[in-house]
Amino acid sequence: MTCIEARGLGKSFGTTVALNGVNLEVPEGRIVGLIGPNGAGKTTALHAIVGLTSYEGELRVLGREPSSQRDQLMNDVSFIADVAVLPRWIQVSEALDYMEGVHPRFNRAKAEGFLGKTTIARGRRVKELSKGMVAQLHLALVMAIDAKLLVLDEPTLGLDILYRKQFYDALIADYFDRNRTILVATHQVAEIQNVLTDVLFLDRGRIVFACSMDQLESRFAELTVNPEKAAAAKALKPIDERQVLGRSVLLFDGANRQELGTLGEVRTPSVEDLFVWMVGRGAGQARGVAA
Amino acid sequence: MNSASNVMNQSPAAAEVMPPAAVPWGRQMYWCARRELWESRSIYIAPLAAGALALVSCLVSVARLPERMRSAGALDLAQQLERVEGPYDMAGLLIMGATFLVALFYSLDALYGERRDRSILFWKSLPVSDTTTVLAKASIPMLVLPALTFVVSMVVQTIVLLATRAVLAGSGVDAQAAWDHFSFWHASWMLLYHLIALHGLGYSPFYAWLLLVGAWARRLPILWATLPPIAIGVFEKVAFDTSYFAELLMGQLGGGSHHATKVAGSMSMDSLSTPPPGEFLTNPGLWLSLVVAAVFLALAIRLRRQRGPI
Repeated sequence: MTCIEARGLGKSFGTTVALNGVNLEVPEGRIVGLIGPNGAGKTTALHAIVGLTSYEGELRVLGREPSSQRDQLMNDVSFIADVAVLPRWIQVSEALDYMEGVHPRFNRAKAEGFLGKTTIARGRRVKELSKGMVAQLHLALVMAIDAKLLVLDEPTLGLDILYRKQFYDALIADYFDRNRTILVATHQVAEIQNVLTDVLFLDRGRIVFACSMDQLESRFAELTVNPEKAAAAKALKPIDERQVLGRSVLLFDGANRQELGTLGEVRTPSVEDLFVWMVGRGAGQARGVAA
Repeated sequence: MNSASNVMNQSPAAAEVMPPAAVPWGRQMYWCARRELWESRSIYIAPLAAGALALVSCLVSVARLPERMRSAGALDLAQQLERVEGPYDMAGLLIMGATFLVALFYSLDALYGERRDRSILFWKSLPVSDTTTVLAKASIPMLVLPALTFVVSMVVQTIVLLATRAVLAGSGVDAQAAWDHFSFWHASWMLLYHLIALHGLGYSPFYAWLLLVGAWARRLPILWATLPPIAIGVFEKVAFDTSYFAELLMGQLGGGSHHATKVAGSMSMDSLSTPPPGEFLTNPGLWLSLVVAAVFLALAIRLRRQRGPI
């Protein structure tokens, strides 16, 4: 079943185009990384998906139209905007009471269980918690919801590396299963690369690249070329070249790995490298045009 | 088919109770209103504090009552009654004044504060409609605060009343004639009626306007709430040399325009600016105010749907 389906999704703020005809299809049971530089339109796209903003074009999330059916949609969709949105005055126990009171799919015992693994006391107010604890609290609240889609917008922004790692570990170990879909927007690509099943690159309001991690591994290869075979390697038409410690590192799209293996060391490029190549190249072209 | 469904029923996953598809609307309203009390504790602290102040000041006044009654032994019944009732009325007015101020500031901040601190993104990530949220917020000044005012006033007034009787009886002052004319139940009923008619229904357009401004303004909602009405009044005065708009607002604040002048003159509980129920309910002004309040609330709901954090 398709979880998110967008056709020509657009949104402008005055003369600024935030989303420019985005087409998107996210099937159920995936963990999709929406990756883009600052100002690429990630937050706008996520807000459109959870019904927080109006948009042009066609958008269906779990078969519903987010802009007009936000409240029904939110029975099945959870959303973490960023760590700062939990109201500062609320007590942990009040947050649990409220969620239990208004959310049909909130399981209080589960939330208490997640909180039990942390040092967060029930009587504390959000403003008395550290940033990391607020993120833990929000995640505990959200993971206790039996939702079909979880949307995360830079959920670990401003957290230290230990909290960031815990956050994603908990998400994968205690929450994700094949019936759920997770859409996470971030520009800290490296940390989530190994939990993703798919990546989407968003740049200046457009999806510039969409690929599953499996495809990515079979399609792209990075070759650290032996100096004496540099010419032979370049003949295979790499899409990018950079210098690392005096050696050429070449990026190939659709090349034969066995053939590359004879020329040097082959590995799968990181999502980050691919992102920098694709989006950085676009930015370079844009600069070229402007110049 | 049967065997298959039996198997499913026996599996541990199916044994878990399926969560209901939606929470009943009344329960959501209850929790949304309760949430407001958690956030704005002044909703109950202010009436309680005003009640405590009223109680203490009334008790001091009551302690001095026999002396005052004696010093003016030749008072006629009306004056006696005024001395007995005086502190009693003041207590009610003090509590009402405090809750009215709380209601105004609460309404203005209710839909503005959540946008300013970005918590709207959290509230909107839950399956609570904008209509439920706005109505729950509107219920605080229109229902909860009048109800709290009534309860706190009743408690304070009961204590003051008992203390008055005890002090007067103990001091041997004969105020029986005054008591005969003073009806606790009548005064309580008048208070309740006044609170529903004026504070709940009559002021609803003001509260709804403040909620609307809070949902709309990006900055300084207090200026947006007050300057446009002032501007309209000034424009009318300069352009046409009339002041219908200002009179309309003042009349609404006083509880129906034709009672406005009466209120300004006397602020005693009994004549407290509220017309008899029959006249009140058939007054087109009331229904017009309710329509205006409903329009403002509908616009506030619409704005909350569209607006995000600021």
